[in-house]
Amino acid sequence: MKHLLLGIARRDVRIAFQQKAELVQPIMFLLMVVTLFPLGVSPAPETLQRIGPGVIWIAAILSSLLSMDRLFREDFNDGSLEQYMLSGMPLSGVAAVKVLVHWLISFLPLLVLSPLLAMFLNLTLDMYVALIATLILGTPLLSFVGAIAVGLTVGLQRGGLLLALLLIPVFIPLLIFATSAVDSAALHLPYYSQLAIIGAMLLLAAASAPFAIAYSLKVSQN
Amino acid sequence: MWKWLHPYAKTENAYQLCLTLQPWLWGCALVCLIVGTVWGLAFAPQDYQQGDSFRIIYIHVPSAILSMSTYIAMAVAALVGMVWQWRTAYMAMIAMAPVGAVMTFIALFTGAAWGKPMWGAWWVWDARLTSELILLFLYIGVIALYGAFEDKQQGGKAAGIMALVGVVNIPIIHYSVEWWNTLHQGATISKFDSPSIAPEMLWPLLINLAGFAFFIAAVTTVRLRSEIVLREMHRPWVKRLADESGVA
Amino acid sequence: MQFDSFSSFLHMGGYAFYVWLSFAVSFGVMAVLVFASYRQHRSHLKSVVLEQERLQRIKRAKKNAAVSVSHDR
Repeated sequence: MKHLLLGIARRDVRIAFQQKAELVQPIMFLLMVVTLFPLGVSPAPETLQRIGPGVIWIAAILSSLLSMDRLFREDFNDGSLEQYMLSGMPLSGVAAVKVLVHWLISFLPLLVLSPLLAMFLNLTLDMYVALIATLILGTPLLSFVGAIAVGLTVGLQRGGLLLALLLIPVFIPLLIFATSAVDSAALHLPYYSQLAIIGAMLLLAAASAPFAIAYSLKVSQN
Repeated sequence: MWKWLHPYAKTENAYQLCLTLQPWLWGCALVCLIVGTVWGLAFAPQDYQQGDSFRIIYIHVPSAILSMSTYIAMAVAALVGMVWQWRTAYMAMIAMAPVGAVMTFIALFTGAAWGKPMWGAWWVWDARLTSELILLFLYIGVIALYGAFEDKQQGGKAAGIMALVGVVNIPIIHYSVEWWNTLHQGATISKFDSPSIAPEMLWPLLINLAGFAFFIAAVTTVRLRSEIVLREMHRPWVKRLADESGVA
Repeated sequence: MQFDSFSSFLHMGGYAFYVWLSFAVSFGVMAVLVFASYRQHRSHLKSVVLEQERLQRIKRAKKNAAVSVSHDR
Protein backbone atom coordinates (compact mmCIF):
# COMPACT_ATOMS: atom_id res chain seq x y z
CA MET A 1 0.00 0.00 0.00
CA LYS A 2 2.78 2.38 0.96
CA HIS A 3 4.61 1.43 -2.25
CA LEU A 4 1.63 2.37 -4.36
CA LEU A 5 1.27 5.76 -2.74
CA LEU A 6 5.02 6.37 -2.97
CA GLY A 7 4.80 5.47 -6.64
CA ILE A 8 2.09 8.04 -7.17
CA ALA A 9 4.21 10.64 -5.37
CA ARG A 10 7.25 9.86 -7.49
CA ARG A 11 5.19 10.02 -10.69
CA ASP A 12 3.77 13.41 -9.76
CA VAL A 13 7.23 14.81 -8.99
CA ARG A 14 8.64 13.53 -12.26
CA ILE A 15 5.76 14.95 -14.29
CA ALA A 16 6.10 18.30 -12.54
CA PHE A 17 9.83 18.50 -13.28
CA GLN A 18 9.32 17.67 -16.95
CA GLN A 19 7.71 21.06 -17.37
CA LYS A 20 10.33 23.18 -15.63
CA ALA A 21 8.85 26.37 -17.03
CA GLU A 22 5.57 25.63 -15.28
CA LEU A 23 7.30 25.30 -11.93
CA VAL A 24 8.86 28.73 -12.15
CA GLN A 25 5.73 30.57 -13.27
CA PRO A 26 3.90 30.73 -9.91
CA ILE A 27 7.09 31.94 -8.21
CA MET A 28 7.58 34.68 -10.80
CA PHE A 29 3.94 35.66 -10.45
CA LEU A 30 4.41 35.97 -6.69
CA LEU A 31 7.52 38.11 -7.15
CA MET A 32 5.82 40.39 -9.65
CA VAL A 33 2.65 40.87 -7.61
CA VAL A 34 4.74 41.83 -4.57
CA THR A 35 6.69 44.28 -6.77
CA LEU A 36 3.43 45.91 -7.87
CA PHE A 37 2.60 47.12 -4.37
CA PRO A 38 5.46 49.55 -3.80
CA LEU A 39 4.89 50.83 -7.33
CA GLY A 40 1.13 51.19 -6.96
CA VAL A 41 0.84 52.26 -3.33
CA SER A 42 4.02 53.84 -2.04
CA PRO A 43 7.67 52.85 -1.63
CA ALA A 44 7.89 54.52 1.77
CA PRO A 45 9.42 51.97 4.14
CA GLU A 46 6.83 52.57 6.88
CA THR A 47 3.93 52.02 4.49
CA LEU A 48 5.49 48.87 3.08
CA GLN A 49 6.07 47.49 6.56
CA ARG A 50 2.43 48.15 7.43
CA ILE A 51 0.97 46.43 4.37
CA GLY A 52 3.79 43.90 3.88
CA PRO A 53 2.41 40.82 5.67
CA GLY A 54 -0.97 41.21 3.99
CA VAL A 55 0.64 41.70 0.57
CA ILE A 56 2.73 38.56 0.89
CA TRP A 57 -0.19 36.45 2.08
CA ILE A 58 -2.55 37.77 -0.61
CA ALA A 59 0.10 37.17 -3.27
CA ALA A 60 0.62 33.64 -1.92
CA ILE A 61 -3.12 32.91 -2.03
CA LEU A 62 -3.50 34.28 -5.57
CA SER A 63 -0.50 32.45 -6.98
CA SER A 64 -1.64 29.23 -5.31
CA LEU A 65 -5.07 29.59 -6.94
CA LEU A 66 -3.31 29.78 -10.32
CA SER A 67 -1.24 26.67 -9.82
CA MET A 68 -3.80 24.61 -7.93
CA ASP A 69 -5.72 23.71 -11.04
CA ARG A 70 -2.75 21.57 -12.06
CA LEU A 71 -3.39 19.23 -9.11
CA PHE A 72 -5.79 16.92 -10.93
CA ARG A 73 -5.90 18.36 -14.46
CA GLU A 74 -3.04 16.30 -15.96
CA ASP A 75 -4.37 13.09 -14.49
CA PHE A 76 -7.89 13.92 -15.64
CA ASN A 77 -6.72 14.66 -19.19
CA ASP A 78 -4.82 11.43 -19.71
CA GLY A 79 -7.28 9.20 -17.88
CA SER A 80 -5.14 8.19 -14.92
CA LEU A 81 -7.55 9.89 -12.53
CA GLU A 82 -10.20 7.47 -13.66
CA GLN A 83 -7.74 4.61 -13.21
CA TYR A 84 -7.00 5.71 -9.66
CA MET A 85 -10.71 5.79 -8.93
CA LEU A 86 -11.38 2.37 -10.45
CA SER A 87 -8.41 0.68 -8.81
CA GLY A 88 -8.76 -0.73 -5.33
CA MET A 89 -6.68 2.05 -3.76
CA PRO A 90 -8.34 4.26 -1.18
CA LEU A 91 -8.96 7.51 -3.04
CA SER A 92 -8.39 9.51 0.14
CA GLY A 93 -4.83 8.14 0.32
CA VAL A 94 -4.20 9.09 -3.30
CA ALA A 95 -5.60 12.55 -2.64
CA ALA A 96 -3.48 13.06 0.48
CA VAL A 97 -0.29 12.05 -1.35
CA LYS A 98 -1.03 14.28 -4.34
CA VAL A 99 -1.76 17.24 -2.06
CA LEU A 100 1.50 16.74 -0.16
CA VAL A 101 3.54 16.57 -3.38
CA HIS A 102 1.73 19.64 -4.70
CA TRP A 103 2.57 21.52 -1.50
CA LEU A 104 6.26 20.59 -1.81
CA ILE A 105 6.41 21.71 -5.42
CA SER A 106 4.32 24.87 -5.15
CA PHE A 107 4.83 26.23 -1.65
CA LEU A 108 8.35 25.21 -0.72
CA PRO A 109 9.72 27.71 -3.29
CA LEU A 110 7.56 30.36 -1.64
CA LEU A 111 9.09 29.59 1.74
CA VAL A 112 12.59 29.77 0.22
CA LEU A 113 11.74 33.06 -1.50
CA SER A 114 10.11 34.58 1.60
CA PRO A 115 13.27 36.28 2.95
CA LEU A 116 13.63 38.12 -0.38
CA LEU A 117 9.99 39.22 -0.27
CA ALA A 118 10.38 40.33 3.36
CA MET A 119 13.37 42.42 2.33
CA PHE A 120 11.42 44.00 -0.54
CA LEU A 121 8.64 44.99 1.85
CA ASN A 122 10.88 46.14 4.70
CA LEU A 123 9.74 43.64 7.32
CA THR A 124 11.68 43.46 10.58
CA LEU A 125 13.22 40.20 11.77
CA ASP A 126 10.49 39.68 14.41
CA MET A 127 7.84 40.13 11.75
CA TYR A 128 9.64 37.74 9.43
CA VAL A 129 9.83 35.02 12.08
CA ALA A 130 6.07 35.32 12.61
CA LEU A 131 5.51 35.37 8.84
CA ILE A 132 7.47 32.20 8.18
CA ALA A 133 5.64 30.47 11.05
CA THR A 134 2.26 31.41 9.57
CA LEU A 135 3.43 30.33 6.10
CA ILE A 136 4.63 26.93 7.33
CA LEU A 137 1.35 26.30 9.14
CA GLY A 138 -0.94 28.01 6.67
CA THR A 139 0.21 26.96 3.20
CA PRO A 140 -0.51 23.24 3.73
CA LEU A 141 -3.96 24.37 4.80
CA LEU A 142 -4.28 26.20 1.46
CA SER A 143 -3.30 23.01 -0.37
CA PHE A 144 -5.64 20.69 1.52
CA VAL A 145 -8.73 22.86 1.42
CA GLY A 146 -8.01 24.07 -2.11
CA ALA A 147 -7.81 20.50 -3.35
CA ILE A 148 -11.41 19.92 -2.29
CA ALA A 149 -12.59 22.65 -4.63
CA VAL A 150 -10.19 21.52 -7.35
CA GLY A 151 -11.70 18.05 -7.11
CA LEU A 152 -15.13 19.54 -7.71
CA THR A 153 -14.10 21.63 -10.73
CA VAL A 154 -11.67 19.26 -12.42
CA GLY A 155 -14.06 18.19 -15.12
CA LEU A 156 -15.17 21.67 -16.03
CA GLN A 157 -13.93 23.43 -19.14
CA ARG A 158 -13.33 26.91 -17.75
CA GLY A 159 -12.75 26.14 -14.09
CA GLY A 160 -10.03 28.69 -13.40
CA LEU A 161 -11.83 31.76 -12.15
CA LEU A 162 -14.58 29.68 -10.60
CA LEU A 163 -11.94 28.05 -8.40
CA ALA A 164 -10.92 31.49 -7.14
CA LEU A 165 -14.53 32.44 -6.40
CA LEU A 166 -15.01 29.24 -4.44
CA LEU A 167 -11.82 29.38 -2.43
CA ILE A 168 -11.24 33.03 -1.57
CA PRO A 169 -14.07 33.21 1.00
CA VAL A 170 -12.81 29.99 2.54
CA PHE A 171 -9.26 31.36 2.84
CA ILE A 172 -10.31 34.62 4.50
CA PRO A 173 -10.08 33.31 8.10
CA LEU A 174 -6.56 32.04 7.43
CA LEU A 175 -5.58 35.40 5.95
CA ILE A 176 -6.98 37.25 8.98
CA PHE A 177 -5.23 35.12 11.57
CA ALA A 178 -1.92 35.05 9.67
CA THR A 179 -1.71 38.82 9.19
CA SER A 180 -2.86 39.36 12.76
CA ALA A 181 0.03 37.20 13.96
CA VAL A 182 2.60 39.18 11.98
CA ASP A 183 1.09 42.51 13.07
CA SER A 184 1.30 41.40 16.70
CA ALA A 185 4.94 40.47 16.13
CA ALA A 186 5.54 43.98 14.79
CA LEU A 187 4.25 45.40 18.08
CA HIS A 188 6.33 42.87 20.06
CA LEU A 189 3.16 41.23 21.36
CA PRO A 190 2.81 37.44 21.65
CA TYR A 191 1.09 35.73 18.75
CA TYR A 192 0.79 32.15 19.98
CA SER A 193 -3.00 32.21 19.93
CA GLN A 194 -3.15 33.08 16.24
CA LEU A 195 -0.64 30.35 15.41
CA ALA A 196 -2.59 27.90 17.56
CA ILE A 197 -5.82 28.59 15.67
CA ILE A 198 -4.09 28.20 12.31
CA GLY A 199 -2.51 24.98 13.59
CA ALA A 200 -5.88 23.68 14.68
CA MET A 201 -7.39 24.46 11.27
CA LEU A 202 -4.46 22.67 9.64
CA LEU A 203 -4.94 19.55 11.78
CA LEU A 204 -8.64 19.50 11.04
CA ALA A 205 -7.95 19.87 7.33
CA ALA A 206 -5.21 17.23 7.28
CA ALA A 207 -7.49 14.75 9.00
CA SER A 208 -10.68 15.32 7.03
CA ALA A 209 -9.75 16.92 3.69
CA PRO A 210 -8.51 13.71 2.01
CA PHE A 211 -11.93 12.13 2.49
CA ALA A 212 -13.66 15.31 1.33
CA ILE A 213 -11.39 15.42 -1.75
CA ALA A 214 -12.17 11.79 -2.54
CA TYR A 215 -15.88 12.45 -2.22
CA SER A 216 -15.71 15.59 -4.38
CA LEU A 217 -13.81 13.66 -7.07
CA LYS A 218 -16.52 10.98 -7.07
CA VAL A 219 -19.17 13.68 -7.34
CA SER A 220 -17.51 15.49 -10.24
CA GLN A 221 -16.55 12.40 -12.19
CA ASN A 222 -20.02 10.94 -12.42
CA MET B 1 25.70 46.38 -47.12
CA TRP B 2 24.77 43.45 -44.93
CA LYS B 3 25.46 40.85 -47.61
CA TRP B 4 28.35 39.42 -45.59
CA LEU B 5 25.84 38.41 -42.95
CA HIS B 6 23.74 36.31 -45.30
CA PRO B 7 25.75 33.05 -45.19
CA TYR B 8 25.07 32.88 -41.43
CA ALA B 9 21.37 32.34 -42.04
CA LYS B 10 22.50 28.78 -42.64
CA THR B 11 22.94 27.12 -39.27
CA GLU B 12 26.03 25.19 -40.30
CA ASN B 13 27.88 28.41 -41.13
CA ALA B 14 26.69 30.05 -37.95
CA TYR B 15 27.95 27.05 -35.95
CA GLN B 16 31.37 27.23 -37.61
CA LEU B 17 31.56 30.97 -37.01
CA CYS B 18 30.81 30.44 -33.31
CA LEU B 19 33.49 27.76 -33.12
CA THR B 20 36.07 30.05 -34.75
CA LEU B 21 35.27 33.08 -32.62
CA GLN B 22 35.02 31.23 -29.34
CA PRO B 23 38.69 30.91 -28.29
CA TRP B 24 39.33 34.59 -29.13
CA LEU B 25 36.30 35.72 -27.15
CA TRP B 26 37.25 33.63 -24.13
CA GLY B 27 40.83 34.88 -24.32
CA CYS B 28 39.86 38.54 -24.50
CA ALA B 29 37.25 38.07 -21.77
CA LEU B 30 39.73 36.44 -19.39
CA VAL B 31 42.45 39.03 -20.01
CA CYS B 32 40.13 42.03 -19.65
CA LEU B 33 38.34 40.67 -16.60
CA ILE B 34 41.54 39.74 -14.78
CA VAL B 35 43.27 43.04 -15.59
CA GLY B 36 40.19 45.13 -14.83
CA THR B 37 39.31 43.33 -11.60
CA VAL B 38 42.83 43.29 -10.16
CA TRP B 39 43.37 46.93 -11.13
CA GLY B 40 40.03 47.93 -9.64
CA LEU B 41 40.41 45.92 -6.43
CA ALA B 42 44.04 46.63 -5.62
CA PHE B 43 45.36 49.57 -7.61
CA ALA B 44 42.59 52.08 -8.13
CA PRO B 45 42.48 54.84 -5.54
CA GLN B 46 39.95 54.86 -2.70
CA ASP B 47 36.84 56.95 -3.07
CA TYR B 48 36.75 60.13 -0.96
CA GLN B 49 33.23 59.49 0.38
CA GLN B 50 32.69 55.76 0.05
CA GLY B 51 36.08 54.32 0.90
CA ASP B 52 36.83 50.88 -0.42
CA SER B 53 33.22 49.80 -0.81
CA PHE B 54 32.99 51.74 -4.06
CA ARG B 55 35.15 49.03 -5.67
CA ILE B 56 31.93 47.11 -6.20
CA ILE B 57 31.38 49.59 -9.04
CA TYR B 58 33.76 47.55 -11.18
CA ILE B 59 31.18 44.78 -11.34
CA HIS B 60 27.97 46.71 -10.77
CA VAL B 61 28.23 49.29 -13.57
CA PRO B 62 29.42 46.95 -16.36
CA SER B 63 26.78 44.35 -15.54
CA ALA B 64 24.03 46.98 -15.36
CA ILE B 65 24.97 48.58 -18.69
CA LEU B 66 25.36 45.21 -20.40
CA SER B 67 22.10 43.86 -19.02
CA MET B 68 20.36 46.58 -21.02
CA SER B 69 22.53 46.15 -24.13
CA THR B 70 21.96 42.39 -24.16
CA TYR B 71 18.22 42.91 -24.09
CA ILE B 72 18.49 45.31 -27.02
CA ALA B 73 20.69 42.79 -28.87
CA MET B 74 18.05 40.13 -28.19
CA ALA B 75 15.38 42.40 -29.62
CA VAL B 76 17.49 43.12 -32.71
CA ALA B 77 17.98 39.38 -33.24
CA ALA B 78 14.22 38.88 -32.88
CA LEU B 79 13.57 41.63 -35.43
CA VAL B 80 16.07 40.11 -37.89
CA GLY B 81 14.42 36.73 -37.44
CA MET B 82 10.98 38.16 -38.04
CA VAL B 83 11.78 40.36 -41.03
CA TRP B 84 14.13 38.00 -42.87
CA GLN B 85 12.69 34.77 -41.49
CA TRP B 86 16.07 33.56 -40.21
CA ARG B 87 15.88 30.69 -37.76
CA THR B 88 19.48 31.38 -36.74
CA ALA B 89 18.44 34.82 -35.52
CA TYR B 90 15.78 33.36 -33.21
CA MET B 91 18.29 30.83 -31.91
CA ALA B 92 20.76 33.63 -31.18
CA MET B 93 18.06 35.54 -29.31
CA ILE B 94 17.29 32.55 -27.10
CA ALA B 95 21.00 31.88 -26.58
CA MET B 96 21.47 35.42 -25.24
CA ALA B 97 18.48 35.50 -22.92
CA PRO B 98 19.85 33.58 -19.90
CA VAL B 99 23.16 35.46 -20.17
CA GLY B 100 21.37 38.79 -20.04
CA ALA B 101 19.26 37.59 -17.13
CA VAL B 102 22.42 36.59 -15.22
CA MET B 103 23.90 40.05 -15.87
CA THR B 104 20.72 41.66 -14.57
CA PHE B 105 20.83 39.51 -11.44
CA ILE B 106 24.48 40.44 -10.85
CA ALA B 107 23.62 44.12 -11.25
CA LEU B 108 20.78 43.81 -8.72
CA PHE B 109 22.81 41.76 -6.22
CA THR B 110 25.91 43.95 -6.33
CA GLY B 111 23.67 47.01 -6.16
CA ALA B 112 22.09 45.67 -2.98
CA ALA B 113 25.48 44.74 -1.48
CA TRP B 114 26.74 48.23 -2.30
CA GLY B 115 23.61 49.88 -1.01
CA LYS B 116 23.68 48.26 2.41
CA PRO B 117 26.83 50.03 3.66
CA MET B 118 25.97 53.22 1.73
CA TRP B 119 22.26 53.70 2.37
CA GLY B 120 21.77 51.32 5.29
CA ALA B 121 19.29 49.10 3.46
CA TRP B 122 19.74 46.08 1.20
CA TRP B 123 16.88 47.24 -0.99
CA VAL B 124 15.27 50.57 -1.70
CA TRP B 125 12.58 51.18 -4.29
CA ASP B 126 14.52 53.80 -6.16
CA ALA B 127 14.17 54.40 -9.90
CA ARG B 128 17.19 52.52 -11.13
CA LEU B 129 16.87 49.42 -8.96
CA THR B 130 13.16 49.15 -9.73
CA SER B 131 13.75 49.49 -13.49
CA GLU B 132 16.46 46.83 -13.31
CA LEU B 133 14.14 44.47 -11.41
CA ILE B 134 11.46 44.91 -14.08
CA LEU B 135 14.11 44.20 -16.73
CA LEU B 136 14.82 40.90 -14.95
CA PHE B 137 11.10 40.08 -15.11
CA LEU B 138 11.10 40.80 -18.85
CA TYR B 139 14.04 38.45 -19.40
CA ILE B 140 12.42 35.67 -17.39
CA GLY B 141 9.18 36.16 -19.33
CA VAL B 142 10.96 35.61 -22.66
CA ILE B 143 12.80 32.54 -21.35
CA ALA B 144 9.63 31.08 -19.80
CA LEU B 145 7.60 31.67 -22.96
CA TYR B 146 10.15 29.88 -25.16
CA GLY B 147 10.36 27.00 -22.69
CA ALA B 148 6.59 26.53 -22.68
CA PHE B 149 6.44 25.64 -26.36
CA GLU B 150 6.93 22.08 -27.52
CA ASP B 151 7.57 23.25 -31.08
CA LYS B 152 10.70 25.36 -30.71
CA GLN B 153 10.19 27.10 -34.06
CA GLN B 154 6.83 28.45 -32.92
CA GLY B 155 8.32 29.18 -29.51
CA GLY B 156 11.08 31.25 -31.08
CA LYS B 157 8.57 33.42 -32.92
CA ALA B 158 6.46 33.92 -29.80
CA ALA B 159 9.47 34.75 -27.63
CA GLY B 160 10.66 37.11 -30.37
CA ILE B 161 7.42 39.07 -30.26
CA MET B 162 7.67 39.33 -26.47
CA ALA B 163 11.27 40.51 -26.72
CA LEU B 164 10.22 43.26 -29.12
CA VAL B 165 7.30 44.30 -26.92
CA GLY B 166 9.73 44.41 -24.03
CA VAL B 167 12.31 46.53 -25.80
CA VAL B 168 9.69 49.12 -26.75
CA ASN B 169 8.61 49.08 -23.12
CA ILE B 170 12.04 49.62 -21.60
CA PRO B 171 12.26 53.39 -22.14
CA ILE B 172 8.59 53.76 -21.13
CA ILE B 173 9.14 51.78 -17.93
CA HIS B 174 12.34 53.68 -17.17
CA TYR B 175 10.68 57.06 -17.67
CA SER B 176 7.58 56.18 -15.66
CA VAL B 177 9.58 54.70 -12.79
CA GLU B 178 11.78 57.80 -12.63
CA TRP B 179 8.73 60.04 -12.61
CA TRP B 180 7.18 57.85 -9.88
CA ASN B 181 10.38 58.10 -7.90
CA THR B 182 10.51 61.91 -8.02
CA LEU B 183 6.94 61.94 -6.69
CA HIS B 184 8.04 59.89 -3.72
CA GLN B 185 11.31 61.72 -3.34
CA GLY B 186 10.60 62.71 0.25
CA ALA B 187 9.82 59.16 1.30
CA THR B 188 12.81 57.29 -0.11
CA ILE B 189 16.31 57.34 1.23
CA SER B 190 18.60 59.65 -0.75
CA LYS B 191 19.05 58.57 -4.34
CA PHE B 192 22.40 57.35 -5.46
CA ASP B 193 24.05 59.93 -7.68
CA SER B 194 26.78 58.76 -10.01
CA PRO B 195 29.73 61.01 -9.21
CA SER B 196 32.02 62.36 -11.90
CA ILE B 197 34.72 59.74 -11.96
CA ALA B 198 38.47 60.26 -11.79
CA PRO B 199 40.51 58.80 -14.70
CA GLU B 200 42.48 56.41 -12.44
CA MET B 201 39.12 54.93 -11.45
CA LEU B 202 37.70 55.09 -14.97
CA TRP B 203 40.21 52.88 -16.78
CA PRO B 204 39.62 49.64 -14.84
CA LEU B 205 35.89 50.31 -15.22
CA LEU B 206 36.18 50.48 -19.00
CA ILE B 207 38.41 47.41 -19.12
CA ASN B 208 35.92 45.45 -17.03
CA LEU B 209 33.11 46.69 -19.26
CA ALA B 210 34.96 45.23 -22.24
CA GLY B 211 35.70 42.06 -20.26
CA PHE B 212 32.06 41.51 -19.39
CA ALA B 213 31.05 42.21 -22.97
CA PHE B 214 33.52 39.58 -24.26
CA PHE B 215 32.25 37.18 -21.59
CA ILE B 216 28.65 37.64 -22.72
CA ALA B 217 29.68 37.10 -26.36
CA ALA B 218 31.69 33.98 -25.48
CA VAL B 219 28.89 32.34 -23.47
CA THR B 220 26.42 33.26 -26.22
CA THR B 221 28.52 31.41 -28.81
CA VAL B 222 28.48 28.29 -26.61
CA ARG B 223 24.73 28.54 -26.05
CA LEU B 224 24.07 29.26 -29.73
CA ARG B 225 26.01 26.17 -30.79
CA SER B 226 24.06 24.16 -28.24
CA GLU B 227 20.73 25.49 -29.51
CA ILE B 228 21.68 24.83 -33.15
CA VAL B 229 22.55 21.21 -32.31
CA LEU B 230 19.20 20.74 -30.57
CA ARG B 231 17.09 22.33 -33.29
CA GLU B 232 18.94 20.84 -36.28
CA MET B 233 19.16 17.36 -34.79
CA HIS B 234 18.28 15.59 -38.03
CA ARG B 235 20.79 17.26 -40.32
CA PRO B 236 23.64 15.07 -41.55
CA TRP B 237 26.29 17.60 -40.49
CA VAL B 238 24.93 17.62 -36.94
CA LYS B 239 24.92 13.82 -36.83
CA ARG B 240 28.53 13.79 -38.03
CA LEU B 241 29.44 16.40 -35.44
CA ALA B 242 27.82 14.44 -32.63
CA ASP B 243 29.56 11.21 -33.64
CA GLU B 244 32.93 12.93 -33.83
CA SER B 245 32.53 14.71 -30.53
CA GLY B 246 32.74 11.42 -28.66
CA VAL B 247 30.05 12.08 -26.07
CA ALA B 248 28.39 8.68 -25.91
CA MET C 1 49.19 49.28 -4.73
CA GLN C 2 46.57 51.01 -2.63
CA PHE C 3 46.92 48.72 0.35
CA ASP C 4 49.85 48.43 2.77
CA SER C 5 49.54 44.72 3.36
CA PHE C 6 47.62 41.71 2.16
CA SER C 7 45.52 41.67 5.32
CA SER C 8 44.50 45.30 4.78
CA PHE C 9 43.63 44.35 1.20
CA LEU C 10 41.31 41.64 2.51
CA HIS C 11 39.92 44.09 5.08
CA MET C 12 38.86 46.54 2.33
CA GLY C 13 38.66 49.49 4.71
CA GLY C 14 35.97 47.81 6.80
CA TYR C 15 33.76 46.91 3.86
CA ALA C 16 35.24 43.43 3.44
CA PHE C 17 31.94 41.56 3.75
CA TYR C 18 30.13 43.59 1.10
CA VAL C 19 32.97 43.84 -1.40
CA TRP C 20 33.97 40.18 -1.27
CA LEU C 21 30.35 39.01 -1.19
CA SER C 22 29.68 40.99 -4.38
CA PHE C 23 32.72 39.70 -6.22
CA ALA C 24 32.26 36.12 -5.04
CA VAL C 25 28.56 35.90 -5.94
CA SER C 26 29.05 37.64 -9.30
CA PHE C 27 31.94 35.50 -10.49
CA GLY C 28 30.35 32.42 -8.94
CA VAL C 29 27.11 32.92 -10.86
CA MET C 30 29.09 33.57 -14.05
CA ALA C 31 31.03 30.34 -13.54
CA VAL C 32 27.79 28.41 -12.99
CA LEU C 33 26.42 29.89 -16.22
CA VAL C 34 29.51 28.77 -18.15
CA PHE C 35 29.40 25.23 -16.75
CA ALA C 36 25.67 24.95 -17.35
CA SER C 37 26.03 26.13 -20.95
CA TYR C 38 28.77 23.64 -21.76
CA ARG C 39 26.89 20.86 -20.00
CA GLN C 40 23.74 21.65 -21.99
CA HIS C 41 25.78 21.51 -25.21
CA ARG C 42 27.18 18.10 -24.32
CA SER C 43 23.76 16.77 -23.41
CA HIS C 44 22.32 18.00 -26.72
CA LEU C 45 25.13 16.26 -28.63
CA LYS C 46 24.46 13.13 -26.60
CA SER C 47 20.75 13.25 -27.41
CA VAL C 48 21.62 13.42 -31.13
CA VAL C 49 23.74 10.26 -30.81
CA LEU C 50 21.05 8.48 -28.78
CA GLU C 51 18.39 9.45 -31.31
CA GLN C 52 20.56 8.05 -34.14
CA GLU C 53 21.04 4.78 -32.26
CA ARG C 54 17.29 4.59 -31.67
CA LEU C 55 16.57 5.07 -35.39
CA GLN C 56 19.12 2.35 -36.20
CA ARG C 57 17.44 0.00 -33.75
CA ILE C 58 14.05 0.66 -35.32
CA LYS C 59 15.44 0.07 -38.82
CA ARG C 60 17.08 -3.17 -37.75
CA ALA C 61 13.91 -4.37 -36.05
CA LYS C 62 11.91 -3.67 -39.19
CA LYS C 63 14.46 -5.55 -41.32
CA ASN C 64 14.42 -8.53 -38.97
CA ALA C 65 10.64 -8.62 -39.03
CA ALA C 66 10.67 -8.53 -42.83
CA VAL C 67 13.35 -11.28 -42.97
CA SER C 68 11.51 -13.54 -40.54
CA VAL C 69 8.27 -13.10 -42.49
CA SER C 70 10.03 -14.13 -45.70
CA HIS C 71 11.57 -17.17 -43.90
CA ASP C 72 8.16 -18.33 -42.68
CA ARG C 73 6.81 -18.64 -46.20
